[in-house]
Amino acid sequence: MLIAPAAAAVGCLLVRTPGAAEKFNLAASIVVFVTAIPLTILSASGPYHYWSDYIVLDMPGAWVGLCTAIVYLLASIYAVGYMRLLSEEGEKLWSFYALFSGFALTVLLSTIMNNAGLYWIAIELTTLVSTFLVGFERAAESIEAAWKYIVIVSAGISLALLGTVLFYWSGSFVLGPVYDMTWNNLQLAAAKMNSPLVGLAYMLVLIGYGTKVGLAPMHSWLPDAHSESPAPVSAMLSGALLNGAMLGIVRYLTICDAAGIGHIARTVIVALGVLSLFVGALFIVRQDGIKRLMAYSSVEHMGVVALGFGFGGPFGVAGALYHMLNHSLNKSLMFFGAGNVMRSFGTKNIREIRGVWARFPVQGSLWLAGAAAITGAPPFGLFLSELVILRAGLERGFDWAVYAMILLLMIIFVGFLNHFREMYFDPEPQSQTRLLPISRWCVAPMWFALAPLLLFGIWWPNALWDHFMNIGRILTVAHP
Amino acid sequence: MLVAHLDPLASSIFSLMVITSLLLAFVMLGSRWLNNYLYAFGAESWVIAALSAVIGFYGGYPELYFIAILTALFRGLLLPYWVWRMIRRLNVAREIHEILQPSSALVIGAFCVIFSLVVSYRFGQSLDLAGTVAVLALTVMLSMTLIGFLMLAVRHEAVSQVLGLLLLENGVFLGAQILIPGMPILIEIVILFDLLIVVACFGVLVQYLVAHAGSTSSLELKRLVG
Repeated sequence: MLIAPAAAAVGCLLVRTPGAAEKFNLAASIVVFVTAIPLTILSASGPYHYWSDYIVLDMPGAWVGLCTAIVYLLASIYAVGYMRLLSEEGEKLWSFYALFSGFALTVLLSTIMNNAGLYWIAIELTTLVSTFLVGFERAAESIEAAWKYIVIVSAGISLALLGTVLFYWSGSFVLGPVYDMTWNNLQLAAAKMNSPLVGLAYMLVLIGYGTKVGLAPMHSWLPDAHSESPAPVSAMLSGALLNGAMLGIVRYLTICDAAGIGHIARTVIVALGVLSLFVGALFIVRQDGIKRLMAYSSVEHMGVVALGFGFGGPFGVAGALYHMLNHSLNKSLMFFGAGNVMRSFGTKNIREIRGVWARFPVQGSLWLAGAAAITGAPPFGLFLSELVILRAGLERGFDWAVYAMILLLMIIFVGFLNHFREMYFDPEPQSQTRLLPISRWCVAPMWFALAPLLLFGIWWPNALWDHFMNIGRILTVAHP
Repeated sequence: MLVAHLDPLASSIFSLMVITSLLLAFVMLGSRWLNNYLYAFGAESWVIAALSAVIGFYGGYPELYFIAILTALFRGLLLPYWVWRMIRRLNVAREIHEILQPSSALVIGAFCVIFSLVVSYRFGQSLDLAGTVAVLALTVMLSMTLIGFLMLAVRHEAVSQVLGLLLLENGVFLGAQILIPGMPILIEIVILFDLLIVVACFGVLVQYLVAHAGSTSSLELKRLVG
């Protein structure tokens, strides 16, 4: 699974022609996807350790890896069509694909790191690789977005390093001055750790990786980076990277549970989740940029996932994991649609995009269905996962958060779809320029994303439910 | 736990070095010339390298000598050299638009130190480490992090922001040396390399910034809002 994107990155660097790079990347993404499925199933039969414990294949990690693989595959198909349109960057296309497969590689790496320090490094590497993808279009806005992205995220991630150091320190009172900082070791030692110190370390880690996830007060890089990068990169950032960083928070949360400060740790993450929903709702209602709209929707959905993990318990974890998958599929679909519309209308501004349906009946319908799905309308997957998360919240006594979540989700539903109503049904201005046609490569992945989304909405497979329950058991330790 | 039973000489050497690096952080905070930032940062990195060596000597961690050499080479020579080249190429010598006068920044920095002192004092008490170097190291680690953030917040020049980030990481690194000298060497080395890549990325980005946004001041970056 890891070899494929690595080989693709090296291949792109060696060959340096756009055509070959495109094929390398596509092939790599297919290999990753095909291997991710058996690995996810394999992970159910217990964690496997490799390379003297530095790498672990466990269920939460494999699940996030699967989400990453799906988004990587969809985005790679989409990139073929989308990046060909950027004719001005034609000769640099090989570097785009090299970075793109490198980005997928680093995200996948972060999911299997068994050592808190190495996990930090993997996350830092994702930042570095994706910075250049964000700034790939070289417009002044893209460079600005890339600069904000790297400064904010690097600062945040240094806090995560500080938190990691403090975790190691608090562990060294129990395990002796030299030990392997694996998740498992930390969790076993947690019960004997000094809980205020663990609390401080957890807060630092939460802020650090929370910056990367895009939780609310630290989200400010996210809309810029997502809106200015090429559409396939936006999809990867939103559907893969955010999950990868969320995984770290979840693992630390488990340690906090074991240390006996689970309740306060959960309350903080739930509060951040509600705040993310709030900020997402505010900016979604008054938004002009089509991709910024999607970006704030990512903030919102990461808030929902944070709520799910924060509520905890089997339902919370299952809902959050399911939400991760659905959000990855759905947000890819939305960014692909936004990229298509943006390309063909030649603008990012919602007010200048009119009459989508009349012009693109097929992919317009796909995009609209995606919009309905992302706001949590039945019969799509996100409706189910949000429902399960709500139920978990009621069960675990976070009533206030549940009511806030329902209210904010309704506001987002209205606000988000209102933008779509304008784009689809408002009268067109007279002077309409000729629209660019959209490649088939750009529409096909939308089908691939919507079909499973609909399927997961109507039918939640039993095997998947059992899988989530097992993950929930791993992530919920003795103190409920 | 290394810091719990140190002889007085070692503990005073540690304290001296830790305090020196904190002072150097204040030099960075109180100046408006980019070159001063750079020299202070370089000196601080050398102090940290020396600190690793001393800890390696007293604590019996031979691998820390290696870390010390790497720190001195990378953070003490290579990074400052790169930043120096960046400064020369950009032709900026000082901060032009300050949000905050350096003097007021110093006062805020002092409050940061007091805050960190209070926090680490509390932790020192609850961990039975009151009065040891660990408390001092924790104080300096937290306050250097806060000062790094302060620099990020009140300085606009791209180079000072890069240096602010490096200062932040220096603080974490310094604390880590004293609190957890046993952290596996592999991780420390990778983190060092990682920093190199970070600065390389910053270098490339700064060039783009100049070429496309026309300025290296983040005050000019206001196209993306809302």
